[in-house]
Amino acid sequence: MQLTVNSKRYDLDVEPEMPLLWVLRDELGISGPKYGCGAGLCGACTVHIDGTAVRSCSINAGEVRGSITTIEGLGTPANLHVVQQAWIEHQVAQCGYCQSGQMMAAAALLSKTPDPSDAEIAEAMDGNLCRCGTYTRIHSAVKTAAQMMKGK
Amino acid sequence: MARLKTIARRTFLIGSAAIAGGVAFGYYRLRQDPPNPLLKDLKAGEAAITPYVRVDAKGVTLITPRADKGQGSYSIQAHLIAEELDVDPHKVRIDPGPPSPAYFNSRVMDDSLPFSTIDDGMMARAARGGGEVLSRVLGMQITGGSSTVPDGYQKLRMAGAVARETLKEAAARRSGVSRSQLKTKDGQVILPDGKSLTYAELAVETAQLAPVTDVTLRPEQEWRYIGKKMRRIDIVAKSTGTQQYGIDIRPDRVVYATVRANPGMGGTIKRYDASSAEKMRGVKKIVLIKDGVGVIADNTWRAFQAAAAIKIEWNDPPYPADSAGMWKVLENSFSKDQQDSRLRNDGDVEKALAGSSKPIEAEYRTPYLAHAPLEPMNAVVLYTKERLDIWTGTQIPVFLQGHAAKLTRLPEEKVYLHVQSMGGSFGARLDDTYALQAIELAMAMEGVPVKMTWSREENMAHDYPRPIQLSRAKGTVRDGMVESMSIDVAGQSMGASWFNRLQAPIPPGPDVSSVNGIWDQPFAIPNFRVTGYKAKEMVPVSPWRSVGASANGFHHASFLDELIHAAGADPMAELIRLCNHEPSKKVLHTLRDISAWKGSRIDDRRARGVALTLSFGVPMAQVVEVSYAPQGIKIDKVYAVCDVGRILDPVNFEAQVRGGIIWALGHAMNCELTYENFAPVQTNFHLFEAMRFHQAPEIIVKGLQLGGDVRGIGEPPVPPAAPALANAIFALTGKRVRELPLNKSINFA
Repeated sequence: MQLTVNSKRYDLDVEPEMPLLWVLRDELGISGPKYGCGAGLCGACTVHIDGTAVRSCSINAGEVRGSITTIEGLGTPANLHVVQQAWIEHQVAQCGYCQSGQMMAAAALLSKTPDPSDAEIAEAMDGNLCRCGTYTRIHSAVKTAAQMMKGK
Repeated sequence: MARLKTIARRTFLIGSAAIAGGVAFGYYRLRQDPPNPLLKDLKAGEAAITPYVRVDAKGVTLITPRADKGQGSYSIQAHLIAEELDVDPHKVRIDPGPPSPAYFNSRVMDDSLPFSTIDDGMMARAARGGGEVLSRVLGMQITGGSSTVPDGYQKLRMAGAVARETLKEAAARRSGVSRSQLKTKDGQVILPDGKSLTYAELAVETAQLAPVTDVTLRPEQEWRYIGKKMRRIDIVAKSTGTQQYGIDIRPDRVVYATVRANPGMGGTIKRYDASSAEKMRGVKKIVLIKDGVGVIADNTWRAFQAAAAIKIEWNDPPYPADSAGMWKVLENSFSKDQQDSRLRNDGDVEKALAGSSKPIEAEYRTPYLAHAPLEPMNAVVLYTKERLDIWTGTQIPVFLQGHAAKLTRLPEEKVYLHVQSMGGSFGARLDDTYALQAIELAMAMEGVPVKMTWSREENMAHDYPRPIQLSRAKGTVRDGMVESMSIDVAGQSMGASWFNRLQAPIPPGPDVSSVNGIWDQPFAIPNFRVTGYKAKEMVPVSPWRSVGASANGFHHASFLDELIHAAGADPMAELIRLCNHEPSKKVLHTLRDISAWKGSRIDDRRARGVALTLSFGVPMAQVVEVSYAPQGIKIDKVYAVCDVGRILDPVNFEAQVRGGIIWALGHAMNCELTYENFAPVQTNFHLFEAMRFHQAPEIIVKGLQLGGDVRGIGEPPVPPAAPALANAIFALTGKRVRELPLNKSINFA
């Protein structure tokens, strides 16, 4: 099986029914996507497949068609994505465990809806649980990221 | 440990801890600070000036021994040390340090004492001193009880100051300039001629010196960090997916594992059949462990699949099989012989009840709740006959080290615990079952690092929950005022269950946490009585964010609101009138003003509720505003006001208050653990959602700084949120909801 993750191609020998999350984490050592529920309920494992937000725990590796981007491919400490800049500016994270998934969901939203309404933000972010309760800052950070994108 | 139990008892039974200590241990021994644990593994060229500061040729490392579960404790600990040490917390290394009695928590016992956290009387202070001695003797390095800031506020700045002066002393000896003429700035000692020596350059000489301890702390005007907006030291890592958590540790040659233990916690295993699991791809070993079976494989998902394929028969645990049976136990606990405490008995409740034509009676119920941090419990363990290495997130490092030593029969000093960053906890990591299971598996794979991860389903079933609580309340009103209130509370002892698992002495005396949030509230109701009844132990339970007050705040503040409405009084005005604690009164006044309170009904579609709960020394009052929306009731706004003495970091302060409120409201609306066949029905987040984004209200936060003791803010936002919401729902709908979660009776948008 072949997968493209963060623009790099990998040859893998895994069962096609292994969820993408576990291929990323245990086979490839890409640990940004997190295991939270294993059932598409919490969003901590969110990645992009050709730009669309997908729960990597709930798609089998054999079903993936397209190029995968994880939080590591979205931006780095030296080269931040606007969503990450906004997340830092608002100091959104507490434990931070859900935040990779939150940022991937937010980035996917903004790439398709650059100036989202409050309702559109709520709709896009509702599948991503945060046990620490950072939702109000997530909301502010998404707004800020949208502003920053406009300025670019 | 038996001897320690005796000492603990004495320390508590005799009013003055120092005297008790003198009898048992010698005054000196009890007051003596434990040795600096950093000296044990110190390498040449390294200086460990205090247990909190290590300096070597590469620079400074700050030791932050209180666990960071997301509440920002590493960052605040580092800033407190740095305030005196003159280093940039973002430019130095941060290390949680080894487990050690030196890092005992002097304030963690405060909440377990039969004295209110705001009681400043002689007995209360003596008891707190006793709690500190007990913590010191037992080496209780625990993170909990919102105690990191109260415990570290002086201690960590002092550690920074001692380190700074010792580095200056080393510079003085090298330069021949007296220490008083030296200054420090950004990790350097500055000589009068403007030349500088970095702390790193001074490491070798500093290591030769005894710490300079005649130091005074800087006055407030000179602070660079405290009280100003701080930047969390982990904010970039946590915003880029580069923060490493325990679950991300992946050493060379690692194997991946999981376990399935009896979903009826406390029950054992009868027999199992792993014949099909053994043949599955990637499975390396199947191991019988305490109360369950573990699977070791070459990938976590393969381990999950194989574990699910094992056929297991369990032995039932010793408590009722379902929720109905569990509630029955509480219902039958209101008897004289099960009475555990009566910590409040003002006036004459019986007389007031007898003198009223229509006393008000109500019964309140709060459910079992899982902590369910988003990172499932996990640990990486490498076992050899010579040493044990554990990489995991924990709030109880000293206890885990002790339990691990016992399990492996290695001496404690051969147990190396590498504490990891944590994806939440909320109390879950005050237990170490997951780590001990990982050790059992590692012992079957000597020399190979084993990474054990609980599936979410395993985590939901083995999350020692907050206990269920049942209260029977009675009260009377007269002349438009609350006249009497009696609350009888029945619950299992959280402390007894948890301390037993820790193998630590249960603090003698009443089970205070079962009635905290009721008996200790700052209201002068003329006749006020609080009685605790101890139910027998059932599902093993543990502290959950804000501990006893998390449930009791709802019982107390809801019933008080019932009485106020029955009296025909305004809830805000009557709370203010009844309040007998000046800081709490100021909190209520401020809340009234910032929320522009004009009564609990705004119009036909909108209403408000108010509640105040004092917990962990913090009076916290909230107004919750609700309205009718097409899909149901919606929480529009929350106003929150509290007094923490002093706010150290306004950015994180606001985050903790908002997060605590969202935590409290989400669980109050949507969550419970119910039991069938000894196990929780709620196996994953579809049945235990708490709050999602669309339900989160706007939250307006105001922190007062009235100058009293500096308090923590992780837990106090939680208790008043549920009653403020239920009180708002009553104001809007006329329906009084007395059982959580509220969504059993109310549709929410």
